[in-house]
Amino acid sequence: MFNHRIQHFIDLIIVLTQKDIKVRYKSSFLGYLWSVAHPLAFAFVFFIAFKVVMKIQMEDYALFLIAGLFPWQWFSNSANVSPMVFLGDASIIKKVNFPRNIIPLTAVLQDMIHFVMSVPVIVLFLFLYHKSPSLTWLYGIPVLMGIQLLITYGVSLMISSINLFFRDLERLTVVCTTLIFYFTPIIYPETMIPGRYKHLIYLNPLAPLMMSWRSLFLNGTLEPSSLMVSLVYSIFAFMIGYLVYKKLSWKFAEVL
Amino acid sequence: MREAVILFNNVSKNYLLYHHITGGIKNFLFHFPKAVSQIKNSRFEALCDISFEVYKGETFGIIGRNGVGKSTTLGLIAGVLKPSKGRVIVKGRISPLLELGAGFHADLTGRENIMLNGVLMGLTRTEVFKKMDEIIEFSELGDFINQPIRIYSSGMLARLGFSVVANLNPEILLIDEVLAVGDLEFQKKCIDKMMGFKKKGVTMVFVSHSMGDVKRICDRVMWIDSHSIKMMGEPKEVITKYNNTII
Repeated sequence: MFNHRIQHFIDLIIVLTQKDIKVRYKSSFLGYLWSVAHPLAFAFVFFIAFKVVMKIQMEDYALFLIAGLFPWQWFSNSANVSPMVFLGDASIIKKVNFPRNIIPLTAVLQDMIHFVMSVPVIVLFLFLYHKSPSLTWLYGIPVLMGIQLLITYGVSLMISSINLFFRDLERLTVVCTTLIFYFTPIIYPETMIPGRYKHLIYLNPLAPLMMSWRSLFLNGTLEPSSLMVSLVYSIFAFMIGYLVYKKLSWKFAEVL
Repeated sequence: MREAVILFNNVSKNYLLYHHITGGIKNFLFHFPKAVSQIKNSRFEALCDISFEVYKGETFGIIGRNGVGKSTTLGLIAGVLKPSKGRVIVKGRISPLLELGAGFHADLTGRENIMLNGVLMGLTRTEVFKKMDEIIEFSELGDFINQPIRIYSSGMLARLGFSVVANLNPEILLIDEVLAVGDLEFQKKCIDKMMGFKKKGVTMVFVSHSMGDVKRICDRVMWIDSHSIKMMGEPKEVITKYNNTII
């Protein structure tokens, strides 16, 4: 009986994730291409703007961009799509009773899968710049992925739940993710932030995580303090998201 | 004493009328006092103090005019709605067949939707796979099973919906007025299947406007009128009374 329940829970996630991939991208291969093409296009734009035009003093800037943009893409994709996830599955939510928090989870998992599949692109760029992946990745990637999954899922749960009651949250979400993107050291290194603003970076929940990703990809190092801060933020985000969801979920079928 | 598998204890259900939703956050903040008073005052009572029991193996009919609370009752049984007052207790796995295309996704094929629906109803993938051919055969959809269901007609959707719930070993079957859109032959097939369930002791809750079907299948009938129970009992009696009010 217990086994059956776990198996069912896993199957539910698998089937819903498959459905998401089919519905969102029509086919899983194209979905993968999009998930790689999007951050690459961004990297290209920033490269032109900052390296070619503004001549930023940094070596391997293209690699630097890519190492930061891929993990960011996972977060921002999941956050930006989250207002729509419950709405998209209205016909299911209104009719069948099942744990609804699985729906945002599958959306986040899907973006996570795309991120994992885009890691080879990062490796490719490492080789292009005569660097190579490090053994630290073996535990570093799963640890950071766990942290990011938690924080992204928390944010997604919160936004998706609230959006059912205030349907214009979608616009606000896009504005917020864009703002956070520029406040996070992704297209610039944290060392370039002026001294008196430097400590403010830890007020940004995403900053320590994104910095960890980049240092892992570029140098194969993980800084324990950044790791701890991002873990605390992710647990916090998950708890808030879950509380909001718990508070609102029984009304979902009424407002959809 | 027969075992009650569905219990309603003094259940009431109010809906808030969410006017503020359409306006979104911006509207809510700019018209804050008004928005708050709206939340408090605009309620719609869909069910008022309802109590009844459905026993194991029983076929229970619900009749009444449109908008009196039949679908809300089914929603409460299915667990997608929570009562505002009172308690709803349901024992057993529920297979809901509410409205056309319920639990389906329009962009998936019939086959994919069978899987989705089965898993949502609490089965594992292996269990659904085992039944897949049986379901497809029962639905008589042929090659359409591999087409996205958004191109299905309402009759075809009803076929798919009924085939799924009927072939996945239901424990408690909820059927809203969905069979009416199927052709006569399929309707007959569904009624036969339900008769089969009756023999096997599956509990069924059946909402219909077809009094003939209700009379034929149901053991007991509840008549809901203006959000509360008007009458409950023998199908013949209740339906006769119900018909009298219409004419």
